[in-house]
Amino acid sequence: MIPDSDNPFLTALQLILHMDSDLFSIVTLSLQVSLVAVFLAALTGLPLGAALALWRFPGRNGVIIALNALMGLPPVVAGLCVYLLLSRAGPLGDWGLLFTPAAMVVAQWVLVLPIIASLTRQQVEALHGEYAEQLQSLGLSKARMMPTLLWDARVGLLTVMLAGFGRASAEVGAVMIVGGNIEGVTRVMTTSIVLETSKGNLPLALGLGIILLALVTMINALAHLMGETAKRRLG
Amino acid sequence: MNAPFPTQTPIADLQLDNVSFEHRGQALLAPTTLTLSGCRRTVIMGPNGAGKSLLMRLAHGLLPPTSGQVRWQGKTPVQAMVFQRPVLLRRSALDNLTYVLSIHKVPRAKRKADAMQALATFGLTSLAHRPARVLSGGEQQRLALARAWLLNPDVLFLDEATSALDPAAIKAVEDAVMTFHASGTRIVMTTHDLHQAKRLAEDVVFLHNGRLLEHSPAETFFDAPRSLEGRAFIQGELIW
Amino acid sequence: MKKTAIVSSISLLSLAWAGLALADNDYITLASTTSTENSGLFKAIIPQFTEQTDIEVRVVAVGTGQAFETARRGDADSLLVHDTEGEEQFVADGDASERQDVMYNDFVIVGPDDDPAGIQDSDSIGDAMRRIAESDSPFASRGDDSGTNRAELRLWEDADIEPNGEWYRELGSGMGPTLNTAAGMGAYTFTDRATWVAFENPQDLTLLYEGDEALFNQYGSLLISQDKHPHLKHDLAEQWHDWLLSDEGQQAIADYEVDGQQLFFPNAN
Repeated sequence: MIPDSDNPFLTALQLILHMDSDLFSIVTLSLQVSLVAVFLAALTGLPLGAALALWRFPGRNGVIIALNALMGLPPVVAGLCVYLLLSRAGPLGDWGLLFTPAAMVVAQWVLVLPIIASLTRQQVEALHGEYAEQLQSLGLSKARMMPTLLWDARVGLLTVMLAGFGRASAEVGAVMIVGGNIEGVTRVMTTSIVLETSKGNLPLALGLGIILLALVTMINALAHLMGETAKRRLG
Repeated sequence: MNAPFPTQTPIADLQLDNVSFEHRGQALLAPTTLTLSGCRRTVIMGPNGAGKSLLMRLAHGLLPPTSGQVRWQGKTPVQAMVFQRPVLLRRSALDNLTYVLSIHKVPRAKRKADAMQALATFGLTSLAHRPARVLSGGEQQRLALARAWLLNPDVLFLDEATSALDPAAIKAVEDAVMTFHASGTRIVMTTHDLHQAKRLAEDVVFLHNGRLLEHSPAETFFDAPRSLEGRAFIQGELIW
Repeated sequence: MKKTAIVSSISLLSLAWAGLALADNDYITLASTTSTENSGLFKAIIPQFTEQTDIEVRVVAVGTGQAFETARRGDADSLLVHDTEGEEQFVADGDASERQDVMYNDFVIVGPDDDPAGIQDSDSIGDAMRRIAESDSPFASRGDDSGTNRAELRLWEDADIEPNGEWYRELGSGMGPTLNTAAGMGAYTFTDRATWVAFENPQDLTLLYEGDEALFNQYGSLLISQDKHPHLKHDLAEQWHDWLLSDEGQQAIADYEVDGQQLFFPNAN
């Protein structure tokens, strides 16, 4: 990464055109960490959100409020908690995950799970209002309604996943703490931007920011197109 | 036209014992006692707000009564319900049908053939791969009937199933109802359409203001209703 | 469409997993300071060490306070920081078994080039700091308990100045962000020379005071206690520690230059 321009857009363009292996590994690591984190958060958050939508139990409102509040959890706090958990002196220290991409996945999972669970609950609850009588008439238990409702809410849930991915790929506070921003190992787009800013290399920092934005835009555009197609096809 | 799984045993009687329903302290259905038996076509009638749909939901078990009991005298039969606005899943017409077969544990290999046969029965073959929710209102209701058909129900509930449809579609639904009945299914339906009731009813249950006023054979009800309200309703003075 | 979606997401994820399951060579995690990382020193010397030993060094660059904490919790195999007093305390507490001088550079004061406090011709660092305080010129302090911050606070104390008031801004940031902020608000600040020379956004900031012996900035390498943290890679960490102190390591440090200027001066004994 050798920028020789003061213009961040030119810098971004140069970075892309001369895509060197450093930048390439940073970009791919960013995507890998965030995609895996969102996938795991979906695996846990979709059933959790659907269960919250379907079952009434004491303390349910508390859980919903907590999840909504956690959607705004500062990443650095999530990072700190995961750090204390994964640190050698912490309860999961023996796993030796601190300062690895896996730790970053865990931290982002913590950030994304409340978003996916909370928004899934809203979507599934709305759809359940529409489907409840029919599914009940077909003799479905609540547990068996879950996959049906999740699948039929898929277009809306795609947007939920995107919101989760947006949060994961944009945050820096958590991955900085638990990843350590180690060159070639845990350095991702956002931590690179922080590093270059701290070196006073503002054009490069902004150039990286432009690339990050472009990537996120591409993924969003793809998902949007998929969603539109599905909506047109499924009515 | 044969249902996929013909039934032999007689259908259990449905007995409502002093069933009432309240919502937020308001009595929507006064204590009602009613028995539905045999392979009959019973039409629940009454003006709007009489409690027809409520009675049907209580009978089908979608709502628990506030007091009283809903009981099947014998083995609980297979039931299906067709709603005023069909609730179809966000998938193709065919997938909507294979879905209920998967719920009822029909072997995977058999599902598609059964579903295609049901589509054919209701004249929907050409629409098999269309998304269910972009079909016309009449097509959607026929698909809902095809779905019920696959369940091979002993009892079929229909709640205002034709009220949003054009005459041709209404005819198709009414034909379907007769088909179900011919294959041995007890029909319980609500309608506010007097002519439809006359065409389809063998028995009439007449409700007014949350109270059951009459339960009698259709001829009796239409020729000589016992209640003043029933008479007014038949003469078109109590609309909706 | 369902099948395609499932197949493509599964293949995407397995790719992602495969990427995360990095083939691990022998490596150690080194907790160190932002000054060594940001100045580019590690990028210059670590490859030489790796080539000789096949040991990868993963640098977690944080403030000295956080670096101590990271090592104390057993999350780093090795420690290279610049706070001699703190390092000796760390050894005394039993968290490290050995501490050695590795290299030094020096601290400098940078500020707006019109030098409103007139520190350019100060007699000593104490004098310079007094002039800043007395002229109420804005001064940006790291305020993050880093080695640089600790050194700065010791110097105020030595000069008998209580650094508080409108002019004294504690930023709670690393060296780079502090320089960015100082540049933005036209403040003086206290920085290590290496970060300053490698810093690319000086705007109106310029080097105004240097050279006092009290500005000496010593870096030390520590071996983490085997007793407290038996799980760490002590063998590999010791190879790194020894290499830093060896002639080769010392030469590598001396050879590192930015814009023709040597940034770190080896002084292992």
